[in-house]
Amino acid sequence: MPELTYRNALRAALTEEMARDESVVLLGEDIGVYGGTHLITQGLLDRFGAKRVIDTPIAEGGFTGAAIGMAMLGLRPVVEMMTWNFSFLASDQIIQNAAKLRYFSGGQVGVPIVIRGPNGGGVQLSAQHTHSLENLYGHFPGLKVVSPVTPYDVKGMMLTAIRDPDPVIFLEAGALYGTKGEVPEEEYTVPFGKARVAREGKDVTLISYGRQVNLLLRVAERLATEEDVQAEVIDLRSIRPFDEETIVASVKKTNRAVAVQEQWRFFGVASEVAAVIQERAFDYLDAPVERVSGAEVPAPYARNLEEAAFPSEQQVIDAAHRVLYREG
Amino acid sequence: MATSAARAAERGAAGSGEIPAETQLRIYETMVLARRLSERLLQLQRAGIVPLAVPCDGHEAIQVGSALAMPRERTIVYPYYRSLAAVLAYGMTPLDLVLGFYAKRDDPSTGGHQMPGHYSRRDLNIVTTSSVVGTQLVHAAGAAYAAKVRKSGQVAITYIGEGGTSEGDFHEALNFAAIHKLPVLFVVENNQYAISVPLTKQMAVANVADRAAAYGMPGVIVDGNDAEACYLATRDAVARALAGDGPTLLEAKTYRLAPHTSDDDDRGYRPLEEIAMWRRERDPVPRFAATLEARGLLDEAGTAAIAARVRAAIDDATARAEASPDPDPADIHIPVFSTPEVPGRTQ
Repeated sequence: MPELTYRNALRAALTEEMARDESVVLLGEDIGVYGGTHLITQGLLDRFGAKRVIDTPIAEGGFTGAAIGMAMLGLRPVVEMMTWNFSFLASDQIIQNAAKLRYFSGGQVGVPIVIRGPNGGGVQLSAQHTHSLENLYGHFPGLKVVSPVTPYDVKGMMLTAIRDPDPVIFLEAGALYGTKGEVPEEEYTVPFGKARVAREGKDVTLISYGRQVNLLLRVAERLATEEDVQAEVIDLRSIRPFDEETIVASVKKTNRAVAVQEQWRFFGVASEVAAVIQERAFDYLDAPVERVSGAEVPAPYARNLEEAAFPSEQQVIDAAHRVLYREG
Repeated sequence: MATSAARAAERGAAGSGEIPAETQLRIYETMVLARRLSERLLQLQRAGIVPLAVPCDGHEAIQVGSALAMPRERTIVYPYYRSLAAVLAYGMTPLDLVLGFYAKRDDPSTGGHQMPGHYSRRDLNIVTTSSVVGTQLVHAAGAAYAAKVRKSGQVAITYIGEGGTSEGDFHEALNFAAIHKLPVLFVVENNQYAISVPLTKQMAVANVADRAAAYGMPGVIVDGNDAEACYLATRDAVARALAGDGPTLLEAKTYRLAPHTSDDDDRGYRPLEEIAMWRRERDPVPRFAATLEARGLLDEAGTAAIAARVRAAIDDATARAEASPDPDPADIHIPVFSTPEVPGRTQ
């Protein structure tokens, strides 16, 4: 199977779906001539033309709203946010409109739109370019929210997203655009609402999504080689719909869980994971569920501060030790 | 409907009068300092020493010309990310700026918290702005409102690129400022590209200044590579603001001689010949030097002395920034709130 980068897997998905379906159009800042500031859309203007690859003015609310209008009339727009942080300017269109139009029109109007772009941190751009917005967008009924980490899932979930009849918030791990993985050349889809067991284990369950999954895999490797602890790693992949079954099944096996997220501790996805476990697997728990999250500060710029602000391998190992009662 | 040319004629000439010789030389030296510092920061980034550079090359005339025309003690400044030359003219030092690009603890703008290029010094009334473009315009309007209510005699000035004028905040700021006749200048540095997106894909009008009429304020166009014209146009707008006649939209036509930031490769969207032509024929720094030479205000020795002073200042700032301490991760929570939160269970 060929290896593709995260970036090229995204581009492959967009290219295949644009070739297959003429109603797919792309909008965003610098996505045409420039090929996107992260080069996701490189070459697509030449191949599909300016009617389908639209360089927009710097007006996130405007072009997202226009894309919603396009979606109402039969197009399938894929909107690039140069970074998800700029989506705050479009959040009225996303939250107040895209998420509600089907419901408020009594089912008459659907908004098959995908909004995509880099999410989260790790590339030293500080807080206004670093937010992780899973919990924010995941909060609103009417939005589907996904956060793939492998190039395989990126392509398969992007095809699912474009074909979905409802708005999809597609949160890419911006720090991983250059990472490689196996991606089939043929068409395939990865469904929403189905988590992935990224590594099997019996002693403790480590749960995250997006970039932090790679952190968990490194931690699991260390726990296995240094302590003979077999950690199971769950990649949620999809925040809404949310796969409770995979989490609950794993915890029933391991009896211990650590939920990890890049975003802040209060009201985050890890809190939701912990709540689901205590609701559905309370009798199986041998220790309280631990959470590891970002420091309660706007993500700082200086490299040493940024590193201190995000979950570290050591923090996850310490949390695993606590649920395993192996402290000190 | 009037054509944009006709509207431009109605606006009249941008600025008039004379500039004291001493000020002319100060404008020039600050422009040279900004250019050399901008180049140095890009070199440091290319060498892997600082993470990011945000050049101002080509924008020195409008930034320095406008800044030095402002009444210094009465000015509130809302810069943007390309305002390196402007903030030097408003009183920040090369060390202040270099500390920011090194993300050092003593960086006066942000102490390593925010990206470089987000300039801030309370004692100089330079206010930090958002990475998301356009928000500073609304803040400047609000600050001007406060100045008016408090009768402080202050005037606000804010800067933005032409791309940023597509954001809703531009409209909302100008509308608010005009309704309340606020003492504020909106300076648009129109360098014709918003990263890669050319002016024609950003707006269907020829001039950003044409929009001023819709808000009920003067829209002035100035050659943004002519430091003197920029100075004079700003001085006129300040006079209007302080006389209670309200805001001005000042559009400076210019060109970015360097990439958008060190992360940008501008060769993909601008013809190399276009960049070369602007460098060769319209670079504001040698252009102003030629003006000063023609007036007998600058000669070869004077130019060399300025170059030497600038080089020494930048070398000194770089050495001191390099030797200064990084931020301390133990202080990472300071200052999220005015009073630190009662910590919960920490990680």
